[in-house]
Amino acid sequence: MTVVYEDHEDDAGTGIPVRRIRFTINGQKKIAEVEPRLLLAHLIRRGLGLTGTHMGCDTTNCGACTVLVDGRPVKSCTMLAVQADGREISTVEGLATASELHPLQEGFKEEHGLQCGFCTPGMMMAAKALLDENPDPTEEDVRWALSGNLCRCTGYQNIVKSVLWAADKLRAVPARGDDPPEPPDSPARGDTPAAPPTSQANNGQEG
Amino acid sequence: MYPSRFRYEAPRSLDEAIATLRDGGDYAKVLAGGQSLVPLMKLRFASPDLVVDINNVPGLDYHRADPDGTLRVGALCRHADLERSALLKASQPTMAAAAPLIADPIVRSRGTLVGSLCHADPQGDWASVVLALGGSVVAQGPRGRRTIPIAGFVTGPFENVLEPDEIAVEAVIPAATGTRSGGYLKLERRVGDFATVGVAVALETSGGPAEAGTVTRAGIALTGVGGSTIAATDAARALTGQPLTAQSIEMAAGLAAQAAQPRTDHRGSADYKRHMVRTFVTRILGRASGAGAGGTGADGTGEGTAERAA
Repeated sequence: MTVVYEDHEDDAGTGIPVRRIRFTINGQKKIAEVEPRLLLAHLIRRGLGLTGTHMGCDTTNCGACTVLVDGRPVKSCTMLAVQADGREISTVEGLATASELHPLQEGFKEEHGLQCGFCTPGMMMAAKALLDENPDPTEEDVRWALSGNLCRCTGYQNIVKSVLWAADKLRAVPARGDDPPEPPDSPARGDTPAAPPTSQANNGQEG
Repeated sequence: MYPSRFRYEAPRSLDEAIATLRDGGDYAKVLAGGQSLVPLMKLRFASPDLVVDINNVPGLDYHRADPDGTLRVGALCRHADLERSALLKASQPTMAAAAPLIADPIVRSRGTLVGSLCHADPQGDWASVVLALGGSVVAQGPRGRRTIPIAGFVTGPFENVLEPDEIAVEAVIPAATGTRSGGYLKLERRVGDFATVGVAVALETSGGPAEAGTVTRAGIALTGVGGSTIAATDAARALTGQPLTAQSIEMAAGLAAQAAQPRTDHRGSADYKRHMVRTFVTRILGRASGAGAGGTGADGTGEGTAERAA
């Protein structure tokens, strides 16, 4: 796929070449030609049209633009797009499958983890980085991991609950195999075998 | 916000990176974690002609101890690597205490200790930690390598002694001759803010554990209470050559507070900051002596204090 950018009229004669980069985003391989000063957030939003990644403060404070680069959380307003060359990027669009929400998305729905929703994509990606590293976090672990992401609506309480909900569900899903996931509040949490899902736990597709 | 236009190079070796700097523009910057440089470029406080990105240079993401205990931190070792480091938890209490308090978790996954030292922000946390530990920066350039003690590395706010064609490749913390103890405490208004007050204490004791042995080396350094990182040398001297006692702790805390040069600003009054220096020195040394408060804020002054239980 080719990504086309605006040709800033005064680019001619600056002697600064655009650079061709190859990267993977949400599992898809891409090639882009970028000006070195293009920010990763702008490549994602404008170049690729993936506007789930939000630009909040543009000053490395708020975390709304958080994406994963090679699995690690990064504020995409604070990384150059050209640095994505050879890297693997995950954005909020990569969480859900065509038919199923990611447990984090389900968790935010079930536990009312969002109000205006602006910080939510960054919260989810920061939470994903946490759960990939630590599948069984304490509430303090969650609060600590999300401390670089600002939310001005919720007071964080339900965001933390949402992430813990997702952690429960992810741990309940068998590593591989076809057994359906157990609902997070099931007493089967822990070492007992997974219980069949309730209708509620599988009903999280549309909010 | 966009940075000004710049030429970008991403060399694959240190030699190539140094050659690129040597032949580069009038104003070149090395890009490691980018968590200070990129914001500065976006705000146009920095507008380099050339950015040399060293993220593709292999073999710089380490932190390891030499057989003699000397700690080496490579230029691409991220704060998050240090935060999760079993090596630091086991052998570097001051660094292990500071690592989780740098900026916020997402910035930590990208930013680097060596980059922080080079950035030389007077409010940077690592500079105090490395100063308290008596560490150095190793620079590599066309004329070879040189080791620069941190006290001489930073020459002023946002200024260091690196030549334009030199790259800081490593931070070095000398081996301890005794048992290490100490810590880092930071008062911040919220996660990710600069320190209102930060205090680094690094002790070495001999002849027994920290709470009983004689202090053979002490380093105390202060963040956020002056135009630069402050080495509280008189305070450190008051501790050495004797075991930690209530008297020596009180003396050191008072001298550290005297060494601070705080200014009243939106983060707090000068008196308040000076008081917090005294409190933090007392608290860290109290814990090292085994007599002080163990838990977070247990002495009643912990509000707003960032620290993470191990």
